[in-house]
Amino acid sequence: MTLAAAATAVATDATSMAAESPGFLSPTGVEIAFLLVGVVTFGAAIVTVTTRQLVHAALWLVVTLGGLAVEYLLLTAEFIAWVQVLIYVGSVVVLLLFGLMLTKAPIGRSPDADSGNRWAALTVAVATAAALVWVVVDAFRTTWIDLDGAPAGSTEVTGKALFQNWVLPFEALSVLLLAALVGAIVLSRKAKADATATTASVPGSRSDKGGAR
Amino acid sequence: MNDVLDVALRLLIVFGVFLTFPLIIGQTEHKVMAHMQGRLGPMYAGGFHGWAQLVADGVKFAQKEDVVPAGADRRIFQLAPAVALLPYLLVLLAIPIGPGEGAVGVLIDAGIFFVLAVMGVGVLGSLMAGWASANKFSLLGGLRTAAQLLAYELPMLLAAASVAMAAGTVSLPGILNAFEWWWLPWQIVGAIVFFVAGLAELQRPPFDMPVADSEIIFGAYTEYTGLRFALFLLAEYAGIVVLCGLTTVLFLGGWHGPWGADGLGWVWTLLKTAVLAFIVIWLRVTYPRLREDQLQKLSWTLLVPLSLAQIALTGIVKVVIQ
Repeated sequence: MTLAAAATAVATDATSMAAESPGFLSPTGVEIAFLLVGVVTFGAAIVTVTTRQLVHAALWLVVTLGGLAVEYLLLTAEFIAWVQVLIYVGSVVVLLLFGLMLTKAPIGRSPDADSGNRWAALTVAVATAAALVWVVVDAFRTTWIDLDGAPAGSTEVTGKALFQNWVLPFEALSVLLLAALVGAIVLSRKAKADATATTASVPGSRSDKGGAR
Repeated sequence: MNDVLDVALRLLIVFGVFLTFPLIIGQTEHKVMAHMQGRLGPMYAGGFHGWAQLVADGVKFAQKEDVVPAGADRRIFQLAPAVALLPYLLVLLAIPIGPGEGAVGVLIDAGIFFVLAVMGVGVLGSLMAGWASANKFSLLGGLRTAAQLLAYELPMLLAAASVAMAAGTVSLPGILNAFEWWWLPWQIVGAIVFFVAGLAELQRPPFDMPVADSEIIFGAYTEYTGLRFALFLLAEYAGIVVLCGLTTVLFLGGWHGPWGADGLGWVWTLLKTAVLAFIVIWLRVTYPRLREDQLQKLSWTLLVPLSLAQIALTGIVKVVIQ
């Protein structure tokens, strides 16, 4: 979770800086909103990795990811924004909470919710942040979004860009996801086969099973 | 100024729908369930056939003490009902009710993604409630809610994707503009999958394992009293409105009808939504609750393959037509 939150914080940082530089002295309303949402997102990200309450961390992650979705909206990338909400807030965080509740989700502080690696993690996070901010600022310093023109982030534009210019990375990613999916199925089936093999080898287990039913 | 007035009026209308329609469905449920079970249902409140029963219930809920358990996580416990309810209000904004661009709260380009994404957020409310109550039955309810969402989100998305493929757009008014009557038999499997998965996501019977009152005492809502509990109930009924409205728009052609689609399109939308809501109530009275493993099995071994088959069928027909 630390890494994910750090990455989010980094992304926020990077995007807010990119928007800040051009209209610095006469910011428009959108830019001000962008900065404010960025600050909130950044704050939520920091709380996510520093809070001692595990479930609170997951819920702050919701705020962080939702804030990012708002930032996408302000950058006119509507499609990406809704996909962000659908995948991250709707599914990934639910999965996280499910995992937490299934294993360990005490109410109140967890004294052991601290890692000895916090300085290493901080170093990696800051380094990643610096690299990403540098790259994004360097790449998009002079790029402007025309708010009055045709929407640059609508579903149609995004789809065309994805399936005309970026087909190869897209397909490579889908193969990767498919491999993960098949791997998960194979692993779960293997565990099940092992379990039935052990119960079958124990004498008398059949009658026990029948009795339990 | 005119624009501001226009937006304000739209928001006001959607808010009005949000406040009244769930209550109408709730009252209908009282009556329909009663008649299906050979009894009368509420008869006294308001005089005529107990029409004001839900208003009386609301007054009762407002008078009750708002209790927060001593061991609970106070802030999250209190925040959870709002998180459960608000997403449905947002989704209502995007559902078109009639032809033309004026008949929708807010025109959203990626409408399908918006409604499905925001509906998924509502489940977070149940999760928060289940965890923050500091009650093992609530926690069990929360766990079951999460497991159910993870299982049924996929078939729901796939079924919606099939319609989007058929229409060639992900905007809800755009899908309605592209609708033809023969989409009904073409997308019927997707429609059923979508409706069933939506029911499961709302935790309505027969998919109410997470709130099973006879075994885990209403799950995540066990510790709630008064208005906050009423908000969860309202979220359930608002969810029915949203699910039926969405199924109408995506699969049943929304404002399209045999006649009068231009002037009276909104009547068709409301009529189809009402029929679907009746089916939701009917299912509650008819079917026993599914067990947890049966729930998971239904989704992964039946609904997901069915929705994938529907997508394949949609793709084939689409290519053949072109």
